[in-house]
Amino acid sequence: MSNRIQPASRRDFLTGLFSAGALILGARLVPAEQITAASDVKDATWNPNIWIGINSDGSVLIVTHRAEMGTGIRTTLPMILADELEADWARVRLQQAIGSDKYGSEDTDGSCSIRDFYDTMREAGATARAMLVNAAAAQWNVPLDECGAHNHEVLHKKSGRKLGYGELAAAAAKQPMPHNSTIQLKKPSEFRYIGKGVPSYDLKDMCTGRAVYGFDAHLPDMVYAAIERAPVLGGTLKSFDDAQAKSVKGVQQTVVIESAKPPYGFQALGGIAVIADNTWAASQGRKKLKVEWESGANAIFQTDTYKRDLIQTAQKPQKVVRKAGDVEQGLKGAAKVLEATYYTPLLAHAPMEPPAALAIWRDGKVEAWTATQSPQDVQKTVAQAVGIKPEDVICHVTLLGGAFGRKSKPDYVAEAAILSKKVGKPVKIAWTREEDIRFDFYHSTSAMYFKAGLDASGKPVSWLQRSVFPPIGSTFDGKSEYGDDGEMSMGWIDVPFDVPNFRAENGPAKAHVRIGWLRSVANVYHAFGVQCFIDELAHAAGKDPVEYWLESLGPARKLDFKGQAEKFANYGKPLNEYPYDTARLRRVAEVAAERSGWANKRTAKRAVGFAAHRSFLSYVAAVVEVDIDSGGKVRIPRVDIAVDCGPVINPDRVKAQFEGASVFGTSVALFGEITASDGRIDQGNFNNYPVARLNEAPLETHVHLIANDDALPTGTGEPGVPPMSPAIYNAVFAATGKRFRELPLRKQKLV
Amino acid sequence: MIQLKVNGAAKQYEGDGEMPLLWFIRDHLQLTGSKFGCGMGLCGACTVHVNGEAVRSCLTPMSAVGGKEVTTIEGLSAHGDHPVQKAWEHVQVPQCGYCQSGQIMQAAALLKQKPKPTDRDIEAAMSGNICRCGTYQRIREAVKIASGQKRTVTA
Repeated sequence: MSNRIQPASRRDFLTGLFSAGALILGARLVPAEQITAASDVKDATWNPNIWIGINSDGSVLIVTHRAEMGTGIRTTLPMILADELEADWARVRLQQAIGSDKYGSEDTDGSCSIRDFYDTMREAGATARAMLVNAAAAQWNVPLDECGAHNHEVLHKKSGRKLGYGELAAAAAKQPMPHNSTIQLKKPSEFRYIGKGVPSYDLKDMCTGRAVYGFDAHLPDMVYAAIERAPVLGGTLKSFDDAQAKSVKGVQQTVVIESAKPPYGFQALGGIAVIADNTWAASQGRKKLKVEWESGANAIFQTDTYKRDLIQTAQKPQKVVRKAGDVEQGLKGAAKVLEATYYTPLLAHAPMEPPAALAIWRDGKVEAWTATQSPQDVQKTVAQAVGIKPEDVICHVTLLGGAFGRKSKPDYVAEAAILSKKVGKPVKIAWTREEDIRFDFYHSTSAMYFKAGLDASGKPVSWLQRSVFPPIGSTFDGKSEYGDDGEMSMGWIDVPFDVPNFRAENGPAKAHVRIGWLRSVANVYHAFGVQCFIDELAHAAGKDPVEYWLESLGPARKLDFKGQAEKFANYGKPLNEYPYDTARLRRVAEVAAERSGWANKRTAKRAVGFAAHRSFLSYVAAVVEVDIDSGGKVRIPRVDIAVDCGPVINPDRVKAQFEGASVFGTSVALFGEITASDGRIDQGNFNNYPVARLNEAPLETHVHLIANDDALPTGTGEPGVPPMSPAIYNAVFAATGKRFRELPLRKQKLV
Repeated sequence: MIQLKVNGAAKQYEGDGEMPLLWFIRDHLQLTGSKFGCGMGLCGACTVHVNGEAVRSCLTPMSAVGGKEVTTIEGLSAHGDHPVQKAWEHVQVPQCGYCQSGQIMQAAALLKQKPKPTDRDIEAAMSGNICRCGTYQRIREAVKIASGQKRTVTA
């Protein structure tokens, strides 16, 4: 990775944050692959993405450009920088970056923050450290190599003299920027924080109610809006009567927002907004609106018939996305042939904080405060919505009360901006839970068909699989019906088993709702189908599932799928740096099995299930123990998750991500299902869209982090989710002898 | 006119008595630590204490809190040092943090009622509070630490 670090001009910096003479280092750092990747020009700009400021009082300010939705990343990236800076974390303050192209990509999505910014944070910190040391050496008039930085000070070893970072800041600011090639990064043995971790910067605020989320944004003269939207995607307004709504005390006016037209992208959906003095009046006013909608083309959407169609499509030949050997020939020679069809429903994100934004239109510009994963998408979306340029949108990023992918789609911020322009005041939008669940960008529904042939020893010799799901692309081009390279490379092309005859196919499906990405995306259903089906094969072969899984994985090798698949996206990363290494997958599988005590875990009603999956370049295996209680319901007393995500930067937060994924995956397996009737979403709150509660979640999740300092650091926010639902289903099979092939388990009366 | 105390201070409210307490706390008093999560008493993010008991403020109408003493997360302790808050910090319970005000208020009410709750007590008291990040394991642990039944964090 080659980065260029340059001093940035003072006007680039947030004004008022630094005292006169402060050392300010703007690091123009963009990962090299972002510059060379021709496919994604929007990220190929050379702009600063981080800032450091050191004040004369010694306080260090680090601008953090990733959104905090619970992963700890807002803390962890600055922590890396602080480590290389040899800064005392207690004297570091964070400043959340506003949305701006000058940061490079700020989109906190795809489990890529550490992967893409680990080196750049280190180099930025090391550069500032070098300048501080240079300044001290110059002041003392001693050779550089007699000086070193340690815990917020520079020391002259021979004389024992010391100068604090605050004392050096003004002089360091005048030092020339060292050339990138001369920057000395620390040795791992010298790390203060990397690999050890620090608590979330916001921990105390989160425990005292002081943490500020999008829902909490406030301006003194703001008004509150509640929007009634068309219940069917693409529906339009026929007529409405707002007389009663306007009679509610506190309601000021109603405003019509034009209906969005396909492709919907991140547009505001449109509807009738009730503008009021407070949240309650707005919601009461909305209830009193009388509205007639023209439903439009998506009123045909019924999830039960749609499911049948998906399954039928999956059972017919479709577009080949990976092919090795000759599947039909392989099946002919097989001693045993198995077929299975799996189905997964639409899912809603349901973050605890529903979408919320505050926006103010002023003199042709918009300023917004919102819980967003992607402030730059806020700029673009809002700009388009109100007819201004993206750079005329200032987006302040609050904390996010959960997100899971929902809050990278800023339709709700566009609503606030449109309304502010119309009413001439700051407008606060705070969705209800019903709005959140009924107007989501849903995780896609899928059908998957599998057929495999085993030889006489039980080994799989032929494997055919077809998946069908309405793709994310449909939200953006309106026509897309096939999975794109990214979706196909999330556990579908990249099935790691060593099967000589293998074919993966993908069939078309038309979307009738907005489809979006949810924590681990297409890996959720692909891992569910593949990891359950291999378990079916193990049982058909009469083998222990883990032993069979490991045998099927085959010898250690690096998979590139060349000559078999047109393109394996590998999360946008080159395979030479981020290989698909089956030895690493084997290792997590073995560790999970060993640490869970897999071998001796079975009793009459208690059983274990296994799954392992690589996603976001990390390797994860899960062993789930289930217990069927006296009422015939599934309980999960214990989960063991083994993880190889390369070097672990902030261990406790990484563990927390996998503990959380264990619960999130439990919600997927046991509870999650969105259905539609006549195009309308049937669910609306946690009563009919339940998520795992404390008494339903795994009692214990043991996370086993495999130290792998030879690899590059990779994702941790999402990769814990994919193995969970198949491991739970495989455990349920082991406990009950019943093979369920549909999410969620709630439909089987086992929950 | 409804008169009540919020975090020890006298407050009054004139308006629709059906308005839930949550919006009085958040919109009128600007105390935003209590969160909206569902509006139906299903998730517990809005949990506050009314006369010492945990209630869902999203479902509690203003007409029901006249003369009552309301405590929100902001008023639980002077310096954020209630044993439950200290335990929450020690175990590093929060991920996104959004539901944690409600979790902490719920746990604090539990400990007032049952200073040494059993696993079953904890399950019964805390299962009404949803955490979508999935911090439940640490919530269980933090409640035990706060109640003096456990001192250290297990691996």
